[in-house]
Amino acid sequence: MAAAALWILVLARNTSAGPAIREPGEFAVTLLNGVTFAGLLFVVASGFTLIFGLMRTVNMAHGSLFLGAAYIAHEIQTNMVGKDANIDARDVSLLAWMLPLLAAGAVVALLGLVMQQLLLRWNQGQDLRQALITLAISVIAADQMLAQFGGVAQPLKWPGTVTRFFEIVGERYALSRLFMLGVALLVGVLLWLWLNRTRMGMVIRAGVDDPEMVRSLGINITVVFAVTFAVGSFLAGVGGVLGGSFAGSVAPGVDGAWLLNSLVVVIIGGLGSVKGAVAGSLLYGMVVAFSPAYLPAGYTYYSVICTFALLAVVLAVRPNGLYGRAE
Amino acid sequence: MSPTGAATPLAAAGRPLEGLVSVRNVTVAAAAVLALLLPLFGSEFLVGFVMTRAMILGIAAASIVFLAAYGGMISLAQYMLAGVAGFMVGNAVVAQDAWSKGLKLGWNPWVSVLFALCVTTAIAFILGALASRTTGIYFLMITLTYAVIGYYVFGSITPLSGFGGITGIDPPSLFLGHPVRMYLALVVLSGLVYIAFRVLAATPFGLALQGIRDDPVRMASLGFNVSLHRALAFTLAGATAALAGIFNVWWNGQIDPTSISVGPTLDLLIVAVIGGTLSLEGAWLGAFVFVVANNYLRDLPFVDLIGITEARFNTVVGVLVLLIMILSPDGLAGIIERISRRLRRLVAPLPGTATAASKAAAQ
Repeated sequence: MAAAALWILVLARNTSAGPAIREPGEFAVTLLNGVTFAGLLFVVASGFTLIFGLMRTVNMAHGSLFLGAAYIAHEIQTNMVGKDANIDARDVSLLAWMLPLLAAGAVVALLGLVMQQLLLRWNQGQDLRQALITLAISVIAADQMLAQFGGVAQPLKWPGTVTRFFEIVGERYALSRLFMLGVALLVGVLLWLWLNRTRMGMVIRAGVDDPEMVRSLGINITVVFAVTFAVGSFLAGVGGVLGGSFAGSVAPGVDGAWLLNSLVVVIIGGLGSVKGAVAGSLLYGMVVAFSPAYLPAGYTYYSVICTFALLAVVLAVRPNGLYGRAE
Repeated sequence: MSPTGAATPLAAAGRPLEGLVSVRNVTVAAAAVLALLLPLFGSEFLVGFVMTRAMILGIAAASIVFLAAYGGMISLAQYMLAGVAGFMVGNAVVAQDAWSKGLKLGWNPWVSVLFALCVTTAIAFILGALASRTTGIYFLMITLTYAVIGYYVFGSITPLSGFGGITGIDPPSLFLGHPVRMYLALVVLSGLVYIAFRVLAATPFGLALQGIRDDPVRMASLGFNVSLHRALAFTLAGATAALAGIFNVWWNGQIDPTSISVGPTLDLLIVAVIGGTLSLEGAWLGAFVFVVANNYLRDLPFVDLIGITEARFNTVVGVLVLLIMILSPDGLAGIIERISRRLRRLVAPLPGTATAASKAAAQ
């Protein structure tokens, strides 16, 4: 840890960013990249961890919901803008981004709810069976989306108002990334309020701790399960629209990548813990941002090893993640 | 789906070769003889392509079933480990002057095999040691993460492969241009793997592993090193997957990161799930069904009318897995087991139930 900090601060020889004390701009940009990406990670992974925390369901179709929402948003946005290809950011009004976001999130939340009611409700508690059922759904969904939208990337754009650059310590930085972080923070605050300031949030937190006790107190936990699954799916959808706009396009294969991202975040942070999702997102986001920038040129392709090293260290020290509990 | 369901008859997979002449053993032996004789009457495509692929997938899936049935761990890293072995063979065997990526060491093919086995086993031990403190759903997730990281490692570390992959990998001269020989070698290897796993179940190590599957806390308090047993089982499964991976790269002649990405990883899990994750035979059964469906589905009459074309094979497989997971989490082997149990009950009703029935009739 200290060695890495020293390397980044002073030495950083031969790297694309250069030592932080001489290149503060590069450092600030890398830091911002890490934080903003962590915001996106949090939105997606919090839905995943919320569902797991309450229901012990590992939703392997989380990435499919992400990709599905991005495709739905793409469809709505192209219809609103009235162009099929070459959509310029200036064509996209704030409404032409917000409406696809909410609509796609709602559709995906409904899909998640239907999936839970039809396929997961009756086998509650059989976690491996549920994981394999959702896995099968993700395989079907990926194939059907490929048939529907083809293998070519489809455009999805930020609204024009946030597509601009600003100056930070002498470097240009995209406002859209800060906008993404803002949305993520909003999601985080709403989630916190919901879990900590409402009756249902209280029931959910109690259910995470002891579902049997909650049930025996006469609370209808199946309704809570359904709502939680819908909210978790909605978060995957919001993440999908954010992630699609962030990448500028929607393409097949993204579902697997984002299932992996969610998995890495919750393995680091601890399954079922929203606090863990924050910590996991920040750590993973930082490693993703810093390792390519501060590895010596010619070794940057080892940055994926850094992700693995992070995972290995956390697993070796705390097998259930930073905020996870032993089963 | 719970692999800890020791009370189900399927857990008989964990029993040693007791009573060598049983329905199960005779069926397996007959299938093995049939597989060995297949080149005499099967077409070149059936032997050299369909069945060769089924055997490779079967061995790799057997390593998943071994971990699931004896260890209670469902691993998604097996195809990645097979891929590691394939990449190692590719790096070692391709000659320096060849037009390909990789280290191009130009080693003897058999030395390369040894090298690939050693490297893969070592990697499997490290990964297993890291994952061994977790079980169940955590283990599944961690091994899935391994699988995806493996894809990125070989994709982004260009000296080893890069996304283009390694091409022009020749098998040893024993198999070069002899697909039937390669197929027969795979049948023999499948048999060896199968027997080895069943014998292993009766060894002290195998028994301890099954004890850990059923009650890790009790085994730990009896003085067994739980995570070491799990890590060693994972290592053994990794070595088995490596064997499949070596044959796979010989058979394909090339390997690239996409061939070990999430898609093929899930395909292998699907093979194990179709067969049934609690019975070793299920691995080859599942592989056979998967490969046959993959190759012959389009030949079925009328399937194109309901929109099933070869391009939508994944949807078919997904629906198949979904149905199996909903109807019978123990896969085809579980369905066969259930049918045969019902048949046996029909043929020879239990004495207890017969007397009860006659008593009821008398009243």
